[in-house]
Amino acid sequence: MLPVPTVNYLILSGLLFTIGVVGVLVKRNPIVIFMCIELMLNAVNLSFIALGRHFAQINGQMYVIFVMAVAAAEVAIGLGIIVNLFRQKETIDIDEVNLMKY
Amino acid sequence: MVFFAPNLAWLIPALPLLGFLISAFAGKRLGRPASGYLATFWVFASFAVSVLVLLGLLGMEGEHRRALVPLLPGGSEVPWISIGNFTVNYQALIDPLSMLMCLIVTGIGGLIHLYAVGYMAEDKDFPRFFTYLNLFIFFMLMLVLGGNILLMFIGWEGVGLCSYLLISFWFEDIENSKAGNKAFIVNRIGDVGFALGVMAIFATFGTLTFYQADGKGFLDQALLKVTAHGDLTLAIATTIGLLLFVGAAGKSAQFPLYVWLPDAMAGPTPVSALIHAATMVTAGVVMITRVSPIIVQSYVVMNTIAIIGVFTAIFAATIALTQNDIKKVLAYSTISQLGYMFLACGVGAFSAGMFHVTTHAFFKALLFLGAGSVIHAMHHEQDMRKMGGLKNKIPITHLTMAVGWLAIAGIFPLAGFWSKDEILGYASGYPRFGMILYAVGAFTALLTAFYMTRLMMKTFYTNQRFNEADLGHGHGHAGHDDHMQHVSAHDLHDAHDSHDSLDAGHAGEGGEGELAAQDHSHDSHTGVHESPWQMTFPLIVLAVLSAVGGLMGTPWANKFEQFLEPSVAPASLYEPHEGLPLLVGLGIGLALAVAGILWGLSVYNKHKAAGALLTDEQRTAGTPLGSLYRGSLGLWGVDRFATFLGIDVGGAFARTMAWIDRNIVDGLVNGVAGAAGISSEMFRRVQTGFVRSYAWVMLLGVCLVVASLLWPILSHH
Repeated sequence: MLPVPTVNYLILSGLLFTIGVVGVLVKRNPIVIFMCIELMLNAVNLSFIALGRHFAQINGQMYVIFVMAVAAAEVAIGLGIIVNLFRQKETIDIDEVNLMKY
Repeated sequence: MVFFAPNLAWLIPALPLLGFLISAFAGKRLGRPASGYLATFWVFASFAVSVLVLLGLLGMEGEHRRALVPLLPGGSEVPWISIGNFTVNYQALIDPLSMLMCLIVTGIGGLIHLYAVGYMAEDKDFPRFFTYLNLFIFFMLMLVLGGNILLMFIGWEGVGLCSYLLISFWFEDIENSKAGNKAFIVNRIGDVGFALGVMAIFATFGTLTFYQADGKGFLDQALLKVTAHGDLTLAIATTIGLLLFVGAAGKSAQFPLYVWLPDAMAGPTPVSALIHAATMVTAGVVMITRVSPIIVQSYVVMNTIAIIGVFTAIFAATIALTQNDIKKVLAYSTISQLGYMFLACGVGAFSAGMFHVTTHAFFKALLFLGAGSVIHAMHHEQDMRKMGGLKNKIPITHLTMAVGWLAIAGIFPLAGFWSKDEILGYASGYPRFGMILYAVGAFTALLTAFYMTRLMMKTFYTNQRFNEADLGHGHGHAGHDDHMQHVSAHDLHDAHDSHDSLDAGHAGEGGEGELAAQDHSHDSHTGVHESPWQMTFPLIVLAVLSAVGGLMGTPWANKFEQFLEPSVAPASLYEPHEGLPLLVGLGIGLALAVAGILWGLSVYNKHKAAGALLTDEQRTAGTPLGSLYRGSLGLWGVDRFATFLGIDVGGAFARTMAWIDRNIVDGLVNGVAGAAGISSEMFRRVQTGFVRSYAWVMLLGVCLVVASLLWPILSHH
């Protein structure tokens, strides 16, 4: 069986990333936005691993570990913020959260 | 350790400094007159140490009478400033010049302290006065003793400070404060010159020490015509000499920087005697004499000093002819005599100049203290038009002042005769335009004799022109000492001229009214009275000194010149010519002095016979002298011109600069701030507060960055 060519992984990664970006831009629920950000991170992870295999380098996999660790921390903080946000404003619609402006 | 008297030199300034500290912190508790006597004691103690040090100095060989001793107790060399190989030590230069000045400063200073105990007896700020006086003595001693020109500069600035403090001692009267400010500001102009001169000396010679044991002091170098970088050229010597002379001209009231000295008479009379006649104003002469090895290297500097000196002498003498305030006459006389001293320095006769410093200190301190005694007796009246007939009322003051009068006029064998004629003799031998200098100087001597005779006549010998019963009323506290002189000259004329010609009984009423309006106090006695012993004793001592002080410098046995020889530049450096024959010079000098006195006596006796004394204005009205009289009374317009230059022109310039500063400089700064404000007002709209729009912008930015990174790669293929 032939191995899946690297370019396929990259195309999939690009698609996932684009979906994530679009989600971040259009969604108003921060939890969904979070999920989209996770999607973007994992798209990048996928291309890391694919390229790591392609060039027979360990670096790609190593970076993925880092990204997953950072993403976990980020989610923890982000969810904390969202909980507090809800307590303050009774809503989590990010268009309502606009105190930091001119 | 072997006893070496110059090692005691640190005590000379330390004792007055101690006195200053005691007066400053405990003066009020000591009260009067104890604080005054204590202050006097420290100065006399310093005088005693000076005598000891002088004896030690005289014990040395004539040629080597010079010692560098530390100015701190303990005798170790303590550097004050030490940067790289540049060191300034707390050292005193003990040599004939510095010891001469120490004796003058502490001796005459002590007498004047004693006098002030009497003169200031009723002043409410008695301890403060003696605090300042002690501080002045300290700084003056630093000035003359300093072993390097930087220490001299410290003393120089210190005496300027004390002068300012004492001129405006009665600061409740704004005019006195203004006079103090004027003195301080005019002195700043001179001090810039001095400071630049000090820097030039350092740049040229690499040291600020006058003389050093290893022959590396800057005066040692100047005597050998070398510097740290090569030969001492005319240009270098001229630059340094002129800069230092600017400083000297400011401190010693030479044209055109003399304008502060007449105003300085706003201070108490002992201050006028001590600072503005006997000691501080001669500091310029002392400094020029100290650096004489540099001065004589440049004929430009010598010409300048001689011309400015002789011009100041005659110019101030012409103003002294017409002043009506007794202290103003003496102030202009002091400026004139200082001119003589600079004339001496300019023609290279440094020891003659210092001789005149010495004799002038005797007789001018005497005259000022005498004038103070007159003012005291007259209950703080200074206008000579309202005096007269005091001869028998205050006999001691009269007799001692008469000695001063004859001494300054140059009557044989009093002090002024020897010193003035020595200067004129040297001036006539000046190689370039000696005879002109001599002629102007000799004519000034005639004027001197005349104006001093006028002062004596108006004060003591002519008819009494005041009502004795009125005097007591006018006696305010000493703060009003100088009230009259600040009424403008013109007002005084209108108010009082008519009284001058009246008989004694009626005169002075109008003038007294003004004084009577002031608050008066303390002493209840009225009428003219002789001063207390604290005041008459110094007068007598100074009268004796004025009479015999000149004998140490007679042309036949000039002990004074021999004594000063180690401190001044040798004559071989400037090669004077043969001047007038000795006896001819002395004869002319005496003849001029006698002529001036007789002239004065005749002018002021003529009207005495008629029972009244015409004012100078009435006497000169209608004659060609009238306009000259008014010119002189108006100080030849110099003060008015200085006001015009400083206030009108300078003010306009300052206002222009202020406008530029407010509108252009500030406008630039404010404009930058304004532009930032406006642009940020515009750009703050970007902060919408919508997170998703930020995300859009971020995406756009990322795309741009990626595109710009990829563009070169893609376009390459």
